[in-house]
Amino acid sequence: MSSPDVIVIGGGLHGCSAALHLSLRGVKVLVLEKDHIGRHASGVNAGGVRQLGRHVAEVPLTVASMALWHGIRDLVDDDCGFESHGQVKVAETEAELAICQARADQLRALGFTHEEVVDQAELRRLVPAIAEHCVGALVSRRDGAAIPYRTTFAFKRKAESLGARFVEGVTVTKIARDGKNWAVETSDGARHAAPILVNCAGAWADRIAAQLGEPVPLEAIAPMLMITARVPPFIKPVVGATGRTLSFKQFPNGTVLIGGGLLGRAYRDENRTDLDFAQIRTNARTVWDLFPVMRSATIVRAWAGIEARMPDDIPVIGPSGTEEGVYHAFGFSAHGFQLGPIVGRITADLITQGQTDLPIEPFRIQRFRRDAVAA
Amino acid sequence: MSDLKPRYDLAVIGAGPAGLAAATLAAQRGLSTVLLDEQRAPGGQIYRAVTQTPVKNPSVLGSDYWHGADLVGPFRDSGADYAPGSTVWSVSRSLDIGLSRDGAARVLPARHIILATGAIERPFPIPGWTLPGVMGAGAAQILLKTSGLVASGNVVLAGTGPLLWLLAWQYLRAGARIDVILDTTPRENWRQAMPHMGAFARSGYVAKGLKLLLEVRRKVKVIGNVTSLKAEGDGRVQSVLYRQGDGAEQRLPADTLLLHHGVIPNINLANATGCAQNWDEAQRCWVPTVDAWGATSVEGVSIAGDGAGIGGALAAEHRGRLAALDALHRLGVLDRATRDRDAAPHREALDKAQRGREFLDTLYSPAKDFRVPQDETIVCRCEEVTAKQVRDAVKLGVSGPNQTKSFLRCGMGPCQGRLCGPTVVEVIADARGVSPAEVGYYRLRPPVKPITLAELASLPKAEDEIAAVMHH
Repeated sequence: MSSPDVIVIGGGLHGCSAALHLSLRGVKVLVLEKDHIGRHASGVNAGGVRQLGRHVAEVPLTVASMALWHGIRDLVDDDCGFESHGQVKVAETEAELAICQARADQLRALGFTHEEVVDQAELRRLVPAIAEHCVGALVSRRDGAAIPYRTTFAFKRKAESLGARFVEGVTVTKIARDGKNWAVETSDGARHAAPILVNCAGAWADRIAAQLGEPVPLEAIAPMLMITARVPPFIKPVVGATGRTLSFKQFPNGTVLIGGGLLGRAYRDENRTDLDFAQIRTNARTVWDLFPVMRSATIVRAWAGIEARMPDDIPVIGPSGTEEGVYHAFGFSAHGFQLGPIVGRITADLITQGQTDLPIEPFRIQRFRRDAVAA
Repeated sequence: MSDLKPRYDLAVIGAGPAGLAAATLAAQRGLSTVLLDEQRAPGGQIYRAVTQTPVKNPSVLGSDYWHGADLVGPFRDSGADYAPGSTVWSVSRSLDIGLSRDGAARVLPARHIILATGAIERPFPIPGWTLPGVMGAGAAQILLKTSGLVASGNVVLAGTGPLLWLLAWQYLRAGARIDVILDTTPRENWRQAMPHMGAFARSGYVAKGLKLLLEVRRKVKVIGNVTSLKAEGDGRVQSVLYRQGDGAEQRLPADTLLLHHGVIPNINLANATGCAQNWDEAQRCWVPTVDAWGATSVEGVSIAGDGAGIGGALAAEHRGRLAALDALHRLGVLDRATRDRDAAPHREALDKAQRGREFLDTLYSPAKDFRVPQDETIVCRCEEVTAKQVRDAVKLGVSGPNQTKSFLRCGMGPCQGRLCGPTVVEVIADARGVSPAEVGYYRLRPPVKPITLAELASLPKAEDEIAAVMHH
């Protein structure tokens, strides 16, 4: 039986980031992963490193995480393929541009200046291939994109080099209090014990929470992505839209990734997703409208990852509401990648210092208590 | 050619021997049946262009080839709909087929689907295999069948397997020149194949195979026990370097190098549909897991022919008929007893056609050095990933092909792993010292064939829109 200081359940980016930040502080960590590192959302997402357009509650965290992204090599000894060419949310009408302006004003009132409205000329300078009808955009210039699996793997390797242990291919089957410790049993028959548990189980995190007496209304979703064959480089920033669902970016090798959160179907007990081609068609039509240059592009693959969505579309971060020595970080609702570096640090703060300097009150798990009772 | 109905009892994908036989039998027995095929004419690869080849002298392609015409006639009379030029890019668990025809995409529902996607050549990654002038023997055979074209200049054939010899024979019959055949069949294979010699001797292969082999050997210099191969040239292949046994490296001039070391099931569509698959140690490839009728783990999806494990063209035909009988049973047309009774002659014919297969599989099993290439050799052509990069990733703890795909992008290109998957699996397994069974295979995703954004955007959304597209 192993006895680390902390057991992290889930080897996605958030689990690996918690393991890294804890290891940096000399804490002995064991990560238990049911498949392999980065198997689901963390390894196959669109890789957007985005502050732009986030829920107001997430803004302080996303800004702090961005600072870590811009020094990502110092943190994990790998640049994670991170490139910062900004993110652009296109407005197709004056009404949409007004929505962008209201958003920028709202953030400014809260003291944040990273989002700004640009006019048609500046939009065209940033994104020359954009369709002519687009009138302007909301822009966050320090945003960018990274390679998801490489990033998650880099966090794992750095944590491992600092002494964290990763066991892959084992599912947590039972969690029980054992004196001061948590006793954790896994599908390979092994038993582990530690005074502290961290729940980073992503689309499966509700099952861990339920065992701890705090059920949450988590939905397993399957956001879809597709990628094209290589085309000559024509765009640097990541582009989204104000009035429709889109995430659009070109990799350095010329392939173009198209997504934005349209959903297929997730079967989380089978590790499986089905694509919904009616939704993919909607996505293709959006690209058809916004990037005429893409109409003859070839789609070579479409896929979906399994991830967790909470009813209010923001994550659960912080201590358990029912048990001592348990912390949660899950339910990132299809936008957790950029937050990975900072949320691991927050969890490490909570465990080693009992507090953190970032406002995590909106992410308390207790916010679902009434829903759970009502359900 | 009839236009497509809104839905079918049975959709058969692929018009090779398995697909033709399956569609013919099912339609004759009253199922509304459609045969979807990417090519413009029936025949698949083995009988490619059998109805329209410009090679009219029957002795060039051989009587086995012309047997394909015997399948096409009954198919045309069967009442099945035929949709050539249809690229199937997705089959879902709910039995919706995503396909493209004439630049437009659509979704076609069926009650049962038989995948008859056949075989592809096993990738043959040697140093220089990406040079122009180096190609698969299968590609050369397609050019011969469809256009009557053969390579000119110095032609070298290298590799192992029955199709290598068949192509050589067809080339010679067509009046083409082959300078040298470099036979990579490992010496020890003969010893291992001997126990299977009896069954092979009783099969139909022996007399035909020997005759063909002797005729080729009479006309072409054959260098046996070749243990290493390399293509070199400035901008295109100019020479082939090889070793015989432990001997010194030799150089041959070559304008064309045709490589072949066997065929493996084309599993991409089945894999993307989610059909379970298993590692076949004898044929050294991943195969979809099927029962005696070709039924997969996905309800309503069966596989017939080489796509469910290499058995050859004659076996494919019988496997197609068995899959069709089972589809009739599953759709409530035949009861179990009738299915089994009607299947008996096809099962007997299948057993006969498969006799001797172990001998061929064992004798022509490619050598490890050609399956597990050296460091500098490119493994993934789409993304230009070398064997060394894959090995280095394994050293970092990247343990399977899906992880190397995410890590190195190998397998992410337009070929969806057809040209790298088998090699990546072998390299990872070798580096980890485990069986490929433990390493797994890529999880493939639709579209399994590239389609344009315009086609996707044209996908009809609702039933009425589908109807509108059909009647336009």
